[in-house]
Amino acid sequence: MRKLVLFGLATLVAWFAADSARGADLRIPSSGVAAGRPLTIGTDGQGDAVISLLGPGQVIQRKVKLGSEVQIKAEDLHSAGRWIAILRASGESHSRVFWVEPAQPENLSFLARPSRVPVAQHNAISGTVFLFDRFQNLVLRPTPVTFDLSVKGTGAKQSVGSRNGIAWIEASSGPKEGAAQFVASVGNFSVRRVVQQVAAEPCSGSLRMHITRREKDTVVVQTDPIRDCSGNLVPDGSIVSFIETDQKGKSTVDARIKKGFAQAELPASDNAAISVASGVTLGNELHLGGGR
Amino acid sequence: MNRLLAILFGVLTLALVALGRVHEGVGGSNSTPDGAVQALFAGVKAHDLKGSYSLVSPSSNVDFQTFERSLVGSNGSLRTYSQLESADTRVLHENDSEALVRTELKYATAVGALYDIQDLKVVKDATGWKVNWTAQKQPSVPPQVIPVNFLRWDVIWRGAEDDWGAQNVEGPHIRILSMNYTEREGGVIIMGEVENEDTVPAFVSVGATLVGKNGEDIDEESSFDKVSHVLLPKEVSPYRVDFPHVRLADVKSVRMKPDTSLVPASADPVIGVLHQRIEKDARGRTVLTGELINESGQSVNIPHVLATFYDNNGRVIWVSDGYLDQALLPQTPQPFAVDLRDDLAANVHDYRVTVNHYIRNRQE
Repeated sequence: MRKLVLFGLATLVAWFAADSARGADLRIPSSGVAAGRPLTIGTDGQGDAVISLLGPGQVIQRKVKLGSEVQIKAEDLHSAGRWIAILRASGESHSRVFWVEPAQPENLSFLARPSRVPVAQHNAISGTVFLFDRFQNLVLRPTPVTFDLSVKGTGAKQSVGSRNGIAWIEASSGPKEGAAQFVASVGNFSVRRVVQQVAAEPCSGSLRMHITRREKDTVVVQTDPIRDCSGNLVPDGSIVSFIETDQKGKSTVDARIKKGFAQAELPASDNAAISVASGVTLGNELHLGGGR
Repeated sequence: MNRLLAILFGVLTLALVALGRVHEGVGGSNSTPDGAVQALFAGVKAHDLKGSYSLVSPSSNVDFQTFERSLVGSNGSLRTYSQLESADTRVLHENDSEALVRTELKYATAVGALYDIQDLKVVKDATGWKVNWTAQKQPSVPPQVIPVNFLRWDVIWRGAEDDWGAQNVEGPHIRILSMNYTEREGGVIIMGEVENEDTVPAFVSVGATLVGKNGEDIDEESSFDKVSHVLLPKEVSPYRVDFPHVRLADVKSVRMKPDTSLVPASADPVIGVLHQRIEKDARGRTVLTGELINESGQSVNIPHVLATFYDNNGRVIWVSDGYLDQALLPQTPQPFAVDLRDDLAANVHDYRVTVNHYIRNRQE
């Protein structure tokens, strides 16, 4: 008789536990779950349970009374991607997979190449933007990105949509030298890079020199402003070689362009030829003395 | 007897000490012209410049400070960092009262041996032969202010706080314009020219690897000081990479490895190279000579001349270099000479000289 009562009690407990477990379940919104937004997860059943949320690089765990709702605060949910919610009650587990979308783009990683480029080069500049939200989740949904490339107030603006979190353009360098401001923006957020547009080689015919000063032992020769074929002054520091040849030999001065001009001091001579060159561009020739 | 021996040894000791002092002081006898020159330079070698100065003829009209400066250098020049290693003398001409002695001096420096040839006039007076010392007179530049508004490049690098997308400043683009090779004195020499084709200054080094017949690396060397390391925009420098003890017949190919990085730099000073010509020096060797002139207002402590020689096809056939042991003072010409291989002299159609400079305590 005693055995029968014990068997009956055990059966009752098992039935009660099985009934409780059968009631435990999860309710997660199928859309609209985003990083940085609060999340409400509903549960069914009775009794105590533990709910674990496993996401990319993040785990959230809460104790819950079955039948109530679990509130995940906005600041606690910051990883976008595939999540698994596991509800564990009375030794049994129930799980649901759900997706967390990235928040609004608030960070742009902007790669602008190259940092220096000659003027008037077709598609020589590339700009690539990676869109991130404030939790550094890559924002995969298509988002319009505006690229603005300008030098000294003139330039071009272009808007492209992102794909898989990336937006990019190719742009030609402008005709004017200078520090081009290359700005990528999404909404109110923008990132600026500087692409230095530099003058090209001196234009054939623009390299001309003249004598500016004669002293007892020296002559000073100076070039006219040296420009590339777009009319830009050739960058400062570029080498201009002055070569004087007379009966004493050859004298050379490798001068640097400053503000478009190059200047050199050469020995005075009563019969010498002076030539000037910059890179592959040859300039005019002067003759000292000799009646010319 | 014992006392006599003690006195004898005492006298002998004193005599040897005295003899030693004499040798230490002047390093030889001034009873002959080349002996006087040898004695003078032995004193220099032993840092006994007072002793050496005692062998300078009073008729030279050179004070001790000038004499000292001409031997040990000044203004942080390479000579101030050198040590006289040897002095070889040869009497070119001699009579009873004067002689001409050719002296080949070899100085040891951190950048290798420096050679100097001097034809010294030696005159005889009552105390023996003495050297008529001619100190090189430094033309004094009148006091003045030289306005130098030189260019300078500074670089703002990517900071640690910048996001990963913020690009760093791009390194300069350089290009090897030409490459040639030769075999000489049991080694292989690779030479050519490299250009900074960018608009920013570049720190450049040129390395080369010799690849053997079976594709294995035989040797790897760099141009070390036979290149201008800092190249300003559009500047061209020669380079030369020496592989001693490698036979050209063992080499299948060469792998060039130019390295570059962006550096802050300044365009000052501008150094002119005047009156360049190829001629024979006192030893009969072919040299490229000329004068350097520092057109800025700052002294260059150690000038370094690099010469590129071309054949009539414009091909680089030799690269030579040489350090000047005198500082390059503003507006003051300084002669230079760099070697040219005698066997190549006939093939040289053109040449180009560039100048490296080392300035002590420079604030870039």
